[in-house]
Amino acid sequence: MNRREFGGLAVAGAALWAGRGMAGDWSALVARAKGQEVFFHAWGGDPKINDFIAWVGQQAMDQYGVKLTHVKLAATSDAVARVQAEQAAGKTTGGAVDLIWINGENFAAMKKAAMLFGPFAESLPNWALVDVAGKPATVNDFTEATLGLESPWAMAQLVFEHDSAKLPAPPRSIVALADWAKANPGRFTYPQPPDYLGLTFLKQALYALLPDPTVLQAPAAEGYDAAVTPLWPYLDALHPNLWRQAKAFPANEPALGQLLADGEVMISFAFNPGRASAEIAAGNLANTVRTFVLDGGTIGNASYVAIPFDASAPEGAQVLANLLLDPEVQARAQDADVLGFQTVLNMAALTDADRARFDAIKRGPATLSPSDLGPTLLEPHASWMTRIGDDWVKRYGVAP
Amino acid sequence: MRLGAAPLTLRVVLVLPVLAGLGLTLKQGAGSLAALLAWPGLLRACLLSLGPGLVATLISTLLVGLILGGRPRALAPLQRLLAPLLALPHAAAALGLAFLISPSGWIVRALSPWATGWHDPPDLLTLNDPWGLALTLGLVLKETPFLLLMALAALSRPMAQRQMVAATLGYGRVTSFALVVWPGVYPQLRLPVLAVLAYAMTNVDMALILGPSLPHPLSVQISLWMTDPSLTQQSLAASASLLQLALVGLALIMWRGAELAGSALLSTLSHTGIRATGLDRALQPVASLAALILMLLPVLGLASLAVWSVAGLWQFPDALPASLTLTVWSRAAPDLWAASALSLGLAVTVTAVALTLTIAALYAETPRHPPKALQTLIFIPLIVPQIAILPGIAQALITLPLPPLAAVALGHLIFVLPYVVLGLAGPFRAWNLRMAEVAATLGAGPWRILLTLRLPMLAPALAATAALGIAVSIGQYLPTLLLGGGRITTLTTEAVALASGANRRILGAYGLTQAFWPALAFLFAQRARR
Repeated sequence: MNRREFGGLAVAGAALWAGRGMAGDWSALVARAKGQEVFFHAWGGDPKINDFIAWVGQQAMDQYGVKLTHVKLAATSDAVARVQAEQAAGKTTGGAVDLIWINGENFAAMKKAAMLFGPFAESLPNWALVDVAGKPATVNDFTEATLGLESPWAMAQLVFEHDSAKLPAPPRSIVALADWAKANPGRFTYPQPPDYLGLTFLKQALYALLPDPTVLQAPAAEGYDAAVTPLWPYLDALHPNLWRQAKAFPANEPALGQLLADGEVMISFAFNPGRASAEIAAGNLANTVRTFVLDGGTIGNASYVAIPFDASAPEGAQVLANLLLDPEVQARAQDADVLGFQTVLNMAALTDADRARFDAIKRGPATLSPSDLGPTLLEPHASWMTRIGDDWVKRYGVAP
Repeated sequence: MRLGAAPLTLRVVLVLPVLAGLGLTLKQGAGSLAALLAWPGLLRACLLSLGPGLVATLISTLLVGLILGGRPRALAPLQRLLAPLLALPHAAAALGLAFLISPSGWIVRALSPWATGWHDPPDLLTLNDPWGLALTLGLVLKETPFLLLMALAALSRPMAQRQMVAATLGYGRVTSFALVVWPGVYPQLRLPVLAVLAYAMTNVDMALILGPSLPHPLSVQISLWMTDPSLTQQSLAASASLLQLALVGLALIMWRGAELAGSALLSTLSHTGIRATGLDRALQPVASLAALILMLLPVLGLASLAVWSVAGLWQFPDALPASLTLTVWSRAAPDLWAASALSLGLAVTVTAVALTLTIAALYAETPRHPPKALQTLIFIPLIVPQIAILPGIAQALITLPLPPLAAVALGHLIFVLPYVVLGLAGPFRAWNLRMAEVAATLGAGPWRILLTLRLPMLAPALAATAALGIAVSIGQYLPTLLLGGGRITTLTTEAVALASGANRRILGAYGLTQAFWPALAFLFAQRARR
């Protein structure tokens, strides 16, 4: 009962309520969250991540009496579609989804359709620890302002992976990569757009090929066709030298990673600087695999959690969003043996004890140090991703 | 209970949700037809639905004929293997096959580098080829055992006698099978064959793993549009679902044409009086080879999943992993148990309801309810693509105060019922009604006749059908996900979510567990048969 009343109240006056964000409010919220079951809809394709979420659930139960149930999705849009169906059916409370792991297009779609609860992120007690100034991607999701409607929990950056035993000196720019592929045909590929990692590769190529990449920060407007012109000849020249002569593509990041593990490709890439180390630790990759970034930097972004407008347990969901920002949880996620995800926290804002947790983390043999990771390029506006994806499919996706 | 209401209940369960879902799809999709026709990949996507669907069904049907006609020595082990082969979930079967035939797969690893000279995998297009050959192979491997099981159930003693008569007239074994047995078996095999045709054209998981992607077959493209993050493609997906439905209709008509041509051919052949005894010797090795491949590839695929589930580092070209570990199993064990318990509970409940409804409906059949109507109706959930109707059903169910587990059970029932009717209708109708007359003259009432005479006599068919129902329920992905709002975690929802991560180790563990329970059900059913 209490929960439902609150849900209605939250939808009606969320902005007012969240703006105050006082300590007293938080302890009252924690008290209401106790005993709730939070259905956390998150991609379930990686056992390492599933184990981590299970561990977070154990912490939530021990510290707050909140039960976390991980709903393992094949695609985040499955959860978005569920909330959309509930919205279409006129539901305002008692929804099936309490918390979603989200970013980019999915967030933009939910924000636009008013399917989100909040703003809540900036009133979480641990929000003060987030490195908003140093990591602008914590409040800018693919240039979409988050407005407190989602709370960040991990930083990601594009890194390339290679087996140093077979390829000691990999190419370090988009153009050099094409030259290398020409000399070593069949040993490089990228996930098939509109997969997000495949699109990230295209966006990374745009950063290198566009005379003025700053246009990527504005919505793709009339100048779009002229702006992306250099991309197509680059791909036309690259494709004959790709794995399977570009007659087939891997589906996504894990499929590309599997090709590296099987020795089918010699260079792959991932949106997680710690992926290679974590895979080595799990015994899935040779311990000679190393990572590298391109000269001039690679694209980076953040992963978030958001709460649907009709969540059944919005209090429990906020407790979890706050717990995900806890320094102990963040340090565990950064451990190469666990996930190798980069933290969203500001080291300067932490206590000495918490900072020591991060200093003690094993980085893993394949993970670059923060200084070696180089500059992070901001995600282009989401409209670029959509249009490049559409154009790629028209040019390459409908005939081998 | 009035048994007269049973056929009606059955029809309502089968047809109402389908109509509701289809109605919503029509409403959503009508506006996007122009956008669909403008999609440049449409023609190829349609051909990739029709081609592998028709070819795989044709090959599977011919293989069933070849194996039953040629009666190779391998038939006995194949028959014993049918249960586990049927129980193997499509996604797991596809992944096993993909690992076998890929250029870095088990077959190449076993031959490298000593025989091939390859130290790195060759850049060969053996998987996801643009013609859908790998997909066709996967479909043939998965569907032939199902058809073979159905055909073996249809083969009866009179058929064998017919073949003996033909043999005494000097006909070869293959010729006599083709001319006198097949024409009797095929009509009973027809519905399963058409179901296979529709499935082969509309399945998503096998096509995603084995099929081409430039473009994808239409069914895969529909599910991609359905789950597009921008949420703007649903109406495109809906109109593509309607097109998929029309394509299945077209394929059914084409199949009917092939049936007529085939029967004309057989009848012409029989008028020539050709004995063709030489065919036996020629076809025997072909039948043996076919049976061998049908057994070997899925078994090797399953074995590769088993090895992956305990593999440490396993690099090309090592034929076996460098080290073995039980980490995957021990970490997954609690989840595997929980998901197994829920999957099994759901499957047994749904199958029990489906069996009860089907028996009641079949029992109540009278000339006023010609069986033909039922046959056509049960077919609807089998040929309408799931993705086309489930979002509509989900939207309708959200408004009802139904707990997620009940909604999922209802969804499973829609797709389990057709298979239960398919498995039971033949044997139930073939039961000699004069037995009932004899029992009635001895004073037994209709309930007693049904429960103590007719059903016990049909025990083997009941057991086999129950096992089939359990296997179908355990394999359901979309109904579980969409109707349960993601809150119902079964082995299959876990396995498909994991399949998106391409992690062969954990998938191996889930694939094996997913195959284990239905295989157990089939083994029990085979025991009941003896």
